[in-house]
Amino acid sequence: MKARVYVTLKNGVLDPQGAAVQHALSSLGFNGVDAVRQGKVIELDLDETDAAKAEISVTKMCKQLLANTVIEDFKVEIL
Amino acid sequence: MRSAVIVFPGSNCDRDLAVALERASGVEAAMVWHKDASLPDDLDIVTIPGGFSFGDYLRCGAIAARSPIMRSVVDFANKGGHVFGVCNGFQVLIEAGLLPGALMRNSGLKFVCKDAEITVETRDSAFTSSYRKAETVTYPVAHHDGNYVANEDLVKQLRDQDRVAFTYRDNPNGSTDNIAGILSKNRRVLGMMPHPERLNDPELGGVDGNKMFTSLTEALVNA
Repeated sequence: MKARVYVTLKNGVLDPQGAAVQHALSSLGFNGVDAVRQGKVIELDLDETDAAKAEISVTKMCKQLLANTVIEDFKVEIL
Repeated sequence: MRSAVIVFPGSNCDRDLAVALERASGVEAAMVWHKDASLPDDLDIVTIPGGFSFGDYLRCGAIAARSPIMRSVVDFANKGGHVFGVCNGFQVLIEAGLLPGALMRNSGLKFVCKDAEITVETRDSAFTSSYRKAETVTYPVAHHDGNYVANEDLVKQLRDQDRVAFTYRDNPNGSTDNIAGILSKNRRVLGMMPHPERLNDPELGGVDGNKMFTSLTEALVNA
């Protein structure tokens, strides 16, 4: 079973990398991009076969390591 | 003063820190590899050096903070031991939960490597007792992720409890409230981005960094 974790900055946390990407898009002529937020995607291959258990275990992983919950939110997808 | 320097793959200020500690205290610092399970006995202070532990993978300091030795370092701190983290060491202490807040990418996105004027905000700690209150010192900074992020409540708490140890006079990285270094609640854990350990020899630009290590030696030897 696979899991996909999305880690993004919380609302209100300034994202200088996102701002730089937005600036670059606008200099390429892509107008009308009001904001860009950059995050990361982490894919995990799991031995677990039970989706509910997998979600619990990956959520634990996010809280302990994959996300810094002071500044980041995370979302877990079981595939 | 018996001290230890924790060494991770990618640490690069570990020798500087060991030399600074040895010069101030006259006692050789123990170099402790991150895979070791325990710290030497009878330590007065554990230090975490600057560098790029584990290549800054995932987040700066995130992997180092979960390495085997850090359980012992957290135990040591929880029992009232003194812990000092510089630069990447500050990032590791935050990731390990010993200090609050977060350190993010510099607001200007660039790696900042220069001398920075730092104001001493409190003398009330073993780290800062040899400084004068509101003294300005010039220490090197060299980091890409030194932008200290704290919400309003946390900043207020840090200020009310006199736990902001150092601030930048000219903020190089976007840090909240110009914060360059903070203390834990019991004032025995200090994390800071500037590098006092790189300023301990006239040949290398000055000896202003000594104040940190003489403060520690005086406070911890007489403790």
